[in-house]
Parts: sequence; C-alpha cells; structure tokens
Amino acid sequence: MSDSLKSVFVDYSLVTAFAVIGLTVGFSYFLSHRLTRGRLHGSAIAIMLGLLMAYFGGMETHGKKGIADLPIFAGIGLMGGNMIRDLAIVATSMGVHLGEIRKTGLGGVVSLLVGVFVPFIVGAGVARAFGYTDAVSMTTIGAGAATFIVGPVTGTALGASSDIIALSVAAGLVKAILVMIGTPFIAKSIGLNNPRTALIFGGLMGTTSGVAGGLAATDPKLVPYGAMTATFHTGLGCLLGPSVMYFLIRQVA
Amino acid sequence: MAIYGTALLCICVIAGMIVGKFLGALLHLDPKVNVGGVGFAMLLLICLTDWLRRRGAMRPPTEAGILFWSSIYIPVVVAMAASQDVRSAVTGGPAAILAGVLSVLCCLALVPVISRMGRTDDSLD
Repeated sequence: MSDSLKSVFVDYSLVTAFAVIGLTVGFSYFLSHRLTRGRLHGSAIAIMLGLLMAYFGGMETHGKKGIADLPIFAGIGLMGGNMIRDLAIVATSMGVHLGEIRKTGLGGVVSLLVGVFVPFIVGAGVARAFGYTDAVSMTTIGAGAATFIVGPVTGTALGASSDIIALSVAAGLVKAILVMIGTPFIAKSIGLNNPRTALIFGGLMGTTSGVAGGLAATDPKLVPYGAMTATFHTGLGCLLGPSVMYFLIRQVA
Repeated sequence: MAIYGTALLCICVIAGMIVGKFLGALLHLDPKVNVGGVGFAMLLLICLTDWLRRRGAMRPPTEAGILFWSSIYIPVVVAMAASQDVRSAVTGGPAAILAGVLSVLCCLALVPVISRMGRTDDSLD
C-alpha cells in the first residue's frame, strides 16, 4: 500500500473504523439472510467476524488489542474501547423499564454473589488440577475465571507471579469470547428471553464485554438489563477476590 | 438540538463513573476498579429523561441525540470484539481454556435456577 494512501487511513482512523465496521456488519447481515435464512442473527456473525479479525491482528502484531494494533485499524480500538462502549451501553437504557429492575431485586443480588463465587471455585479447582497448588495462584486463576479484570487486580493484590496473572487474563478472555459467541445458541434453553432473566444472566456471567456482545446477538432489547448487573460484577469480584475468596481458598489449599 | 441529548448522556456517563470510582475508593480497591459505574449512569439517565419528559422538556431532537448512540451499540460491540486479545485467549494453554469454559458452563446452568427463585414473590404474568 502506498504511504500516502496509508496515511489517510491512519490520520482518519476513527472514520476508517466506522466504515470498516459498517461494511463488516452489512456483510454479516447478508450472510445471515443468504446462508442461514436469518436463523443465525447478523450481529452474532458480525461479532464472530470481529473476533476472527482480532485473532489475525494478534497473530500479525503480537499485540494485545487485536486488529486495532495494525496502525490503519487503530480507530477500531477507540470505537470498541471502554469509553465509546460504555457511552453506547448507557444510551441503551432509554428502553429500560424501571419496574422490571425492581421486580428482579433479590434475584439480581443473588446472581451477582453466585456469579462471583462459582467461577472462583471452578477456576481454583482447575488450577489445582494443573498443578498450581498454592493458594495465591489458585485464587488468581479463579479470579480470572470471574473476569479478565478481576484476575490481574486480584493477582497483583496477592503478589502472584506474572505468568499466573497472564494465565488468569487468558481464562477471563476465553470466558468473554465464549459468552459472546455462545449466548444466542443457548438463550432458548435457559429461558433468556425477558428482562428479568437478562438481569440475572448479567450478574451471573459478569464479563461486561461478553454479556453485551452475547445479548446483542440474542435480542438487543435485553442488552441494557444484562449490562446493568454485569457492571457490578467486576467491582464485587475485585472486592471479594483478594479478601474473602483468598481466605476461603487458603483453607483448602 | 441533538447536542443537548448527547451532552445529557455524556454527563450521566461521567457522573456514573465518578460514583463508581468513589465507591471503589471507599472500599479500598485498586484505582483501576470502577464499582458499577455504568449501572449508576444508566439509572441516572433513566431518572433524568423521565423527569424531563414529564416536564415536557424532552423534545424529539434532544431524544435523537441519545438514540443515535443507542442504535450504534451493536457496531460498537463488533469493534470491541475486533480489538480483543483473542490470540492470548487461544494460546493461553489448556488450564486457562478449561477454567474459562467450565466457569461459563456452571454459571449458565444456574441462570434458570436463580431466575425461578426470583419468581416466587411475584404474581403470575
């Protein structure tokens, strides 16, 4: 690619991002209609294409931001970064009914607690099975299984080694990606078709990016409900991880 | 004007983030952590727009300034997916993959359980 052409994409990176993502979404809806007759939602295909792009970007640059590490696609990192993502999530709350949130009440709180507790136990168990038998490593990997932010925060607080922290981030990423891709497929079998279940789903799964992507591909009307509880999950995990969960896991390690 | 709606949205996001950070600081968490900032921002936006609507101050162009961002949500999620560290996730080794997969499966299985639990104090709908 000639340098002057490249510099247009680099200088107008956010504009390039909107164009590239728009084309990707359009292509995905085309595939959805033609290949699956709309059975696999266009946005689900778009998210998978996005993840595929991220994989190839990562292979190319060995960076941490997927396709956004390539200079001409840097704008995608800004467009899909925390700032714009949170702005868009908050905007979706225009369609929220307060009554639904009030009705969920206790279930939402329980889902948050269970959603933090279960991944820690599962993650710590897996860590132990793979030979990481000290409480700090077990807790850190368990924290990563909660979300990829809770992992490094807990690991840093407990003084875990950097390879364990990297492992915990990887566990959290696997979770986020699996939730993004898998949610539309299992939504029916777990009754995920109403605001109440979406609120509980958000609290249990926690990963904001996973929940946001998964619900968008299932039914965009459910996004604000799931996102609202998911956003409390990370904070709760960071609070309980280096304290309660560490003490609990130390008892059994 | 559309900018009024967008400004209102942005003010809510900033205010929510400040509350989330403040809550994190109160709980002595890492400064990176934000406890429910998005959630607080959403509640604030819901309440403010409701109040403005009842006062008749929520004109369609103002609302359009918020709705645009809400409608751009899915493309933003696609961009977010494209900027994830997928390579690390895939090459993270069996322990990371198993921990991630098992925690998703266990939590998914609990969705209907907790959902049903919340229903007991609710009239049939």
